[in-house]
Amino acid sequence: MSDRTDETGIASRRRLAATREFLRVAIPPALVALGIILLWYGITFFVLQPDRRFLLPPPHEIVQEGILDREVLAEITGGLYRTAMVAGLGLVIAFALGFSMALVMSQAKWIERSLYPWAVVCQTVPILALVPLLGFWFGFGLMSRVTVCVIIALFPIIINSLTGLQGADPRLHDLLTLHNAGRWTRALKLQVPAARPLIFTGLRTSAGLSVIGAIVGDFFFGRGQPGLGILLDRYSRRLRSEELLAAVIAACLLGVVAFWIFGVLGRRAVGHWDPSWADERNKNE
Amino acid sequence: MALDPVIAFTEVTKSFGSIDALDPIGLTIRKGEFVSLVGPSGCGKSTVLRLGSGLIEPTKGTVSRSSDNVGYIFQEPTLMPWRTVEQNVTFLGELDGLSRQEAKGRADEVLSLVGLEEFRDHYPLALSGGMKMRTSIARSMLLDPDLFLFDEPFGALDQISRARLNAELCALFSERRFAALFVTHSVDEAVFLASRLLVMSKRPGRLVAEFEIPYPFPRQPEIRYEPEFAVLAGQVAAALADAS
Repeated sequence: MSDRTDETGIASRRRLAATREFLRVAIPPALVALGIILLWYGITFFVLQPDRRFLLPPPHEIVQEGILDREVLAEITGGLYRTAMVAGLGLVIAFALGFSMALVMSQAKWIERSLYPWAVVCQTVPILALVPLLGFWFGFGLMSRVTVCVIIALFPIIINSLTGLQGADPRLHDLLTLHNAGRWTRALKLQVPAARPLIFTGLRTSAGLSVIGAIVGDFFFGRGQPGLGILLDRYSRRLRSEELLAAVIAACLLGVVAFWIFGVLGRRAVGHWDPSWADERNKNE
Repeated sequence: MALDPVIAFTEVTKSFGSIDALDPIGLTIRKGEFVSLVGPSGCGKSTVLRLGSGLIEPTKGTVSRSSDNVGYIFQEPTLMPWRTVEQNVTFLGELDGLSRQEAKGRADEVLSLVGLEEFRDHYPLALSGGMKMRTSIARSMLLDPDLFLFDEPFGALDQISRARLNAELCALFSERRFAALFVTHSVDEAVFLASRLLVMSKRPGRLVAEFEIPYPFPRQPEIRYEPEFAVLAGQVAAALADAS
């Protein structure tokens, strides 16, 4: 037996295994999607009377009128882009603010005790109650929209970062104490690295929330260049159900992509050492 | 051979609130002495180590050390999971301002001492319990401490890994002749490693018995099966039973 046939054998077996793994992961949700589409057609054609069919037009009409129609497509992708920008900017600011707050809170109990209740308040405040006030203060432009995102995305970042920063092994703290490490060294070399898995968990949750914030803000401010919120409002007022559903799908996609991006980033950043972020293949090894 | 003591406890007591953890303790360890400390659970053995390292201060009495260069080995390996084996080992060098090159050179040396050169780029997640403990020991050796404090380091290991690490630690001590205070539950381990063995009573802990272990270093693992060793271990076990 030559080595070469062995090697190609191993390579093709590996490819086969990778394909099988992909199918194992991809097929079940694809079947669910197929089931949902069939159910959808069923409702459209067998449940709804023809004169009420506009409530749930069949999927191919949504593709035709919401995606293949150039004008509508441009409108929705434009809205998607603006909403994504607002959500992204909001998330960046929420992270900078939330992480700094957590870092400060992790340094002294009295700071934690002073700030923590307000972080909780920011979580429990009904965002819709604040939206008119924000518009009143900051106008109806980018500033207010981003502020909505920041408020809604802040809490998971604070709480996850704080838990992570405080969760470092106390014996490692002892080790740093024995070597006279200062506060700064302790934060930089122990607390922040140890907190990374939870920081990514927070970011992943907040990314989805920030998308919701961007859509809610846009929906209620209702002025300026349209984001997804304004489009949703506009299409529903005009009873344009095909476009409305296309916009809803776009909004869902944005949320999924936001979640997925931070899933990938988290696995890349800490998957090689943190069991909760390690991907399936590493776990099996 | 009356070397200066590396660490001396003089009339040391420690209370936590209204609970007395230690009765007055006097203990001196010189360079080249490996002192094992056995005692029932919760008798304050760990407290002695924390006092010895300076992590906590005695309530009364004094703990004096001739050097601040102390290696502390915890019950668990206590590695940083986000650092590779080598990065874990060089960590204390970073804290103490060693140059990168110097730290790397020393890491090479201690990693080969514990037999982990080939695993230097592995993350702790991928290591066995024994290998993690070796990494932990290598980390504590980087700065070549004058005093080692061991807090039941091998308690979580299986019997085979434990025996192997006992032998390796004994070889390291035979070669380097530092001063060591080794806390353990295992009489067998305590006798095998020690030049001197102390038995502590239940709380509030005090030293109730002392044994000289006459075997010369380096020691072979087989001494465990010699009759004299069994007699000695039996005496220690009896003292420990009295103290509990």
